[in-house]
Amino acid sequence: MQKNIIEKIWDEHVVKAHDEGPDIFAIDVMLLHEVTSPQAFAELRKRGLNVFQKERLFSTVDHSIPTDSSRHKPSDPLAKEQIDTLRKNVKASGVKLFDIDSGEQGIVHVIGPEQGITQPGMTLVCGDSHTSTHGAFGALAFGVGTSEVGHVLATGCILQQRPKTMRVNFKGMPPANVYAKDIIMALIQTLGVDGANGYCIEYSGEWIKGLSMEGRMTLCNMSIECGARAGLVAPDQVTYEHLKGKPHAPKGEQWEKAVAAWSHFVSDSDASFDHELDLDLSQLKPMVSWGTNPEQSVNILGSIPKLSDLPEDKKIAGKKALDYMGFDQSRDISGIPIQWAFLGSCTNGRIEDLRVAAEIIKGKKVHEKVTFYVVPGSEQVQDQAEKEGLTEIFKEAGAIVRKPGCSMCIGMNSDKVPHGERCISTSNRNFIGRQGTGSYTHLASPATVTASAIEGKITAAG
Amino acid sequence: MKAFDKLCSRAICLPLKDVDTDMIIPAQHLTSTSREGFGENLFERLRAASSDFIFNHGQAKGSQILISGPNFGCGSSREHAVWALMDFGIRAIVAPSFSDIFANNAAKNGLLLIRLDADKVSELDQQLSNFSQTLSIDLKEQVLSTSNGIKHSFVIDAFNKERLLKGMDDLDYLVAHMSDIEAFKSKQKIFLNSHSAG
Repeated sequence: MQKNIIEKIWDEHVVKAHDEGPDIFAIDVMLLHEVTSPQAFAELRKRGLNVFQKERLFSTVDHSIPTDSSRHKPSDPLAKEQIDTLRKNVKASGVKLFDIDSGEQGIVHVIGPEQGITQPGMTLVCGDSHTSTHGAFGALAFGVGTSEVGHVLATGCILQQRPKTMRVNFKGMPPANVYAKDIIMALIQTLGVDGANGYCIEYSGEWIKGLSMEGRMTLCNMSIECGARAGLVAPDQVTYEHLKGKPHAPKGEQWEKAVAAWSHFVSDSDASFDHELDLDLSQLKPMVSWGTNPEQSVNILGSIPKLSDLPEDKKIAGKKALDYMGFDQSRDISGIPIQWAFLGSCTNGRIEDLRVAAEIIKGKKVHEKVTFYVVPGSEQVQDQAEKEGLTEIFKEAGAIVRKPGCSMCIGMNSDKVPHGERCISTSNRNFIGRQGTGSYTHLASPATVTASAIEGKITAAG
Repeated sequence: MKAFDKLCSRAICLPLKDVDTDMIIPAQHLTSTSREGFGENLFERLRAASSDFIFNHGQAKGSQILISGPNFGCGSSREHAVWALMDFGIRAIVAPSFSDIFANNAAKNGLLLIRLDADKVSELDQQLSNFSQTLSIDLKEQVLSTSNGIKHSFVIDAFNKERLLKGMDDLDYLVAHMSDIEAFKSKQKIFLNSHSAG
């Protein structure tokens, strides 16, 4: 029988199928962080259960740690307790921790791939919705809640309903200034924030074949923003070259065996999907969000919509968004003054993102009215950026280079956009108050964010 | 997990599409290591922004049912959103649709989610929005009815229904299948080089 890649991975992980309910579904790897794991470890202790297959679990601290020199000693006592709780829990259960200053700490979705933990054909979960990032390697990866984190800790399995499958076929090639971030934002605009609820997506098309692993990670990362729990790209030579030699990737003879096994994880030529969608890339332009959810975006040459332009079912949400964002009349998105710019997060905090930004800002200055935070996604990214001279370029330009963490994407530490100020951000969500109570967020690519930081207003990169 | 059988309560009507988890419980409250106490900060920003916000209404506290718009619970995977709603006292939510991760999290905590067509939800919204009537939910019969006579049946999958009725727990279910799981995992081939990082 012809199967698509999602069905292949699913079928290889069903421990026990259930006709009328969820399957017992095997999880190969789980990543843990400080925010969504403490209650799960506590539940195991309460029930007298042990951690199962600790060698399949990996942890780090990223969400609530500060990104300045206080990262060793957070001033927020609750954040400190949360971080210490993770340390205690993983130590007691023998789970690997990529801790601060190990050279390996970072945002959980940046370090999984860096360590070669994320591999094709595997199932991977984490208590974080952007776990879809790991789909870039042809893994079926999705976010789970804390109860399910506990289920995987104790049994290596969760109960899971088989998802519907969708294929997104990217047609043609995008113009040079259009990046993976712009393309996923355009897709979310097309599908809507709930357009892929209940689905896992396979991304395919000629463009994907030439896309770097960093680009594929950005693409898969935001799958959840159109409701899909997982999005993935079939593994190919680009995947294997990226993975080879990473610490947890197989070595020697095992590598050959692995590649042979992984090559099976592609959709068969006649495989069907529950839904297929084409998206033409050739006419796309850089995207910027104008509203308070990721579907409310427009191309950078476009205008913020008038309420009357919006379809009937989007009017209530549209009005709330326009009111909150302070747009009482239609205007061009380009030229809107900003006070903050943020380059980082699990969406765009990788070395390639920093290279794009550094190229644009080299020899220029951050606008005097803008604070530009550059937050590497991991200590490896930070080290590489220093080695390549990127950090120096950012500092010369007047940007503030911080230590690795989730930072201003989620605002769980002191990295917040102040009340009433506007930020252009490479992160993934523009929900009300996400970057700080009373703040305004415009999502965009690293190129657009950097060009805007220089001009002090929303600006397309050259 | 708390069992769910029948419920009769006033309802809080929040007719918004795409209520996201950042609205339900803002990220700065996620530093707690406990499951308790999140109700205090439920919809914190919306409550602070307007005294007219429905959760500030005197009758909201004590109402155990929430009526809302499509794609409720979208955004982050934080189970804290479910904990916050339940800590406030919500036991059931009626909406046209829910985001996938939120729905999973609700099922793990005994929070009943009822999917109804958008026009039926709007009708309930109109009837119940001033807190003058109550809504009764009978899970076993899969029926909900208002005190002035609107009655709808609803669909729920058999597995989820049984778990809710009995207060059964996924983890107990998984642990009971541990021998199947161990047999499966011992045959499984994965290529994770676990020893290199020590």
